[in-house]
Amino acid sequence: MRKIEQLEMAGITKLFHGVPANKDINLSIRSGEILGLLGENGAGKTTLMNILYGLYQPDAGQVLINGKPVRISSPQESKMHGIGMVHQHFMLIESHSAMENICLGYDAAPLVFPKAKLKRQIIEFSRKFNFDVDLDKPIWQLSAGEQQRVEIIKALFNGADLLILDEPTSVLTPQEIKELFVILNKMKDEGHLIILISHKLDEIMELCDRVTVLQKGAIVGDAETKDVDKKILARMMIGRDVIFNIEREEIPSSDRVLSVDKVVVTSDKGIPVVSNISFDLYRNEIFGIAGVSGNGQKELVEAITGLRKIESGSIVLDDQEISNLSPRAIYDKGISHVPEERIKFGIAPGLFLYENAILKQHHLKKFASRLSLAYNTVKDHTRGLIESFQVHAPGISIPTKNLSGGNIQKLILGREIDDNPPVLVASHPTYGLDVGATEYLRKQLLKRRKEGGAVLLVSEDLEEIFELCDRVAVIFKGEFMGVLKADDPKLCDIGLMMAGSLRI
Amino acid sequence: MEEIIVSVLQRTLVAGTPLLLGTIGEVLCERSGILNLGVEGVMSMGAVTAFIVTFATGSPWLGLAVAILAGMLISIVHAFASVTLQSNQVVSGLALTMLGLGISGLLGKPYIGTPLSVKMNTLPIPGLVDIPYIGRIFFDQSPFFYMAMVLAFIAWFILVHTSLGIKIRSTGENPRATETQGVNVSLVKYLCVIIGGGFSGMAGANLSISYSKSWIEGMTAGRGWIVVALTIFALWNPTRAVIGAFLFGGIFVLQYLIQPFGISPNLLAMLPYLATLVVLVAIGMRDSNKLNAPAMLGEPYKRGER
Repeated sequence: MRKIEQLEMAGITKLFHGVPANKDINLSIRSGEILGLLGENGAGKTTLMNILYGLYQPDAGQVLINGKPVRISSPQESKMHGIGMVHQHFMLIESHSAMENICLGYDAAPLVFPKAKLKRQIIEFSRKFNFDVDLDKPIWQLSAGEQQRVEIIKALFNGADLLILDEPTSVLTPQEIKELFVILNKMKDEGHLIILISHKLDEIMELCDRVTVLQKGAIVGDAETKDVDKKILARMMIGRDVIFNIEREEIPSSDRVLSVDKVVVTSDKGIPVVSNISFDLYRNEIFGIAGVSGNGQKELVEAITGLRKIESGSIVLDDQEISNLSPRAIYDKGISHVPEERIKFGIAPGLFLYENAILKQHHLKKFASRLSLAYNTVKDHTRGLIESFQVHAPGISIPTKNLSGGNIQKLILGREIDDNPPVLVASHPTYGLDVGATEYLRKQLLKRRKEGGAVLLVSEDLEEIFELCDRVAVIFKGEFMGVLKADDPKLCDIGLMMAGSLRI
Repeated sequence: MEEIIVSVLQRTLVAGTPLLLGTIGEVLCERSGILNLGVEGVMSMGAVTAFIVTFATGSPWLGLAVAILAGMLISIVHAFASVTLQSNQVVSGLALTMLGLGISGLLGKPYIGTPLSVKMNTLPIPGLVDIPYIGRIFFDQSPFFYMAMVLAFIAWFILVHTSLGIKIRSTGENPRATETQGVNVSLVKYLCVIIGGGFSGMAGANLSISYSKSWIEGMTAGRGWIVVALTIFALWNPTRAVIGAFLFGGIFVLQYLIQPFGISPNLLAMLPYLATLVVLVAIGMRDSNKLNAPAMLGEPYKRGER
């Protein structure tokens, strides 16, 4: 018995502190359909779905299931109506087993011995969809793809007919994305309704039957995917054309600036995760490190920027040994860093914009007056940064966490490259950002390259790697599987190299 | 010699029982993510109410019931402050300790120096008590001991093998995710803090109507703090709390035993805390994941904030 054949959201409006996050939204979906919800970050996609999942209450409008209006005032009620949601940041208890996580979300779980009693049912159920997950392992030991499958099992096992997936591919490897799509198509064939929130055009085109485009909280377009192409969608989404192939001028790379030689780095647990990596970085060059997260990229970057000690090897910047110096010394010598997880490592979220704009530079003479910081200089400097790096902010005296991800990243990048450092290390700089911000940041990296800077770019996004890099290294289990020029035809095997099955 | 060993072991269990009761409650409470440093005060409240009711009615069982109730009631203060008002749990817990010690001192003033005529008598289990050595150690105890053992088992069973237990543990680990699964996180936390308070009240009753049969101000003598330490020592696991409580109970007994040999009892009084530190360091050095502390312990949870 299916609970939802057809679902409609009619005239949904939601205000946050008087600012509309959703304005008069109408959308509908029926059984056996995958609906794409496309829009830049901050367009109101997640808000809209949180309303459907009962986390927020709309200020106007209603949800209709099979033509009848329903009130959804909590996730509990939403689940009862047959709606399930896979959040972008998984809602899983990391230290509990997959089994316990599924039991937690299951309304009909037996009061006593729930794990033992449900185990068989869940195993049978996961077999139906070819889910392959070890149910007894704690979540933190599972890969992102496996965790996502646990989330999907959790929703489906609870009887969800409508599954909402919020940016499901942002944490997955290309292989895992393929597997996810197979699963979603299978669910579609079984008559499930699927809403896919995304800002990635390729995914929408590949997977969805229909797409609804949101911009600044309102619907700006609605189309069958077979009638549109990427260009049209992109224009709908940001209201103008995006350059998909950023022009990259040919610039001959010049002098060597950074030389990494046979570096060995260990992880927090003391296991070597970077083994004997060597490479050189030249002026006017973007050197990319591609690979699936967790293969030593993070530790390598931390070693170069001084956040982690190296066990052996050497790192030389302009003929000066810099390995195992303090992060500040390395920064002052000219290696700046756009770290991964921008909110955690890139800024102090609660501090004002102008305070974050001089992090790592606060000790410099130019920002000091006699006893305190020279706040006027600092604020002028911040206004300058905001201006030249297109940071959209209502003011500079607001907590930085109030900005969107794209604007935070622009601020960080501005802070790091405003002084024209010889080397910029950028980790996943456009991860989770919308098309507009991504385009801007990539252009800035290319500008650095043109101005004579050297950029070390760590990314999982192959499109980004191909678009920007002069040379690409593929990392797997702490070793380079090969270093190739961007125009090397062997790069088409990059997938195999990322998986460790090919070494060039 | 045999006599001495049997007697020491028997007294170890007696001394460990109030610690075990308090620790079971604190484990439940902390597993839901709420740190309750008010145990000392709640225990004291339990002790004084149990004493007064037993004194007035002559029924230690009624005294026990009222002590549990008093512990639950006064703990609502902490639940309200830390769950509803989302205030700092350390501050609120310390306030609860002072409040409990203050109120119990006030209530108990007229009763200082008046011993009870009845108390919770030891309850030898027929048959089992005749087993050589073991019978005298385990089966000639006060009802508090048997109740503590059964409750420890029940608490373990609930935490590990029931849906409620999964909800409690999930709440302490990740309240946001738990809430999206349709669990009323605030209700779970209130429940755990209040039940935890009931356990502390029971531990207090154990002291005033069974362990001794009198009331003096400050008779909890830091046991509430030992409970907080024991909770960590037990790594938030009720079964390990049993071992820990009786280990620490043994140290209590040793204090009196070793005194004649010129070793200061203060040195031994320090041991429970030292032991907790040693365990934390030992486990932390081996594998920090094993430490198992509820991830969001002591963190106020605000609904709907991202």
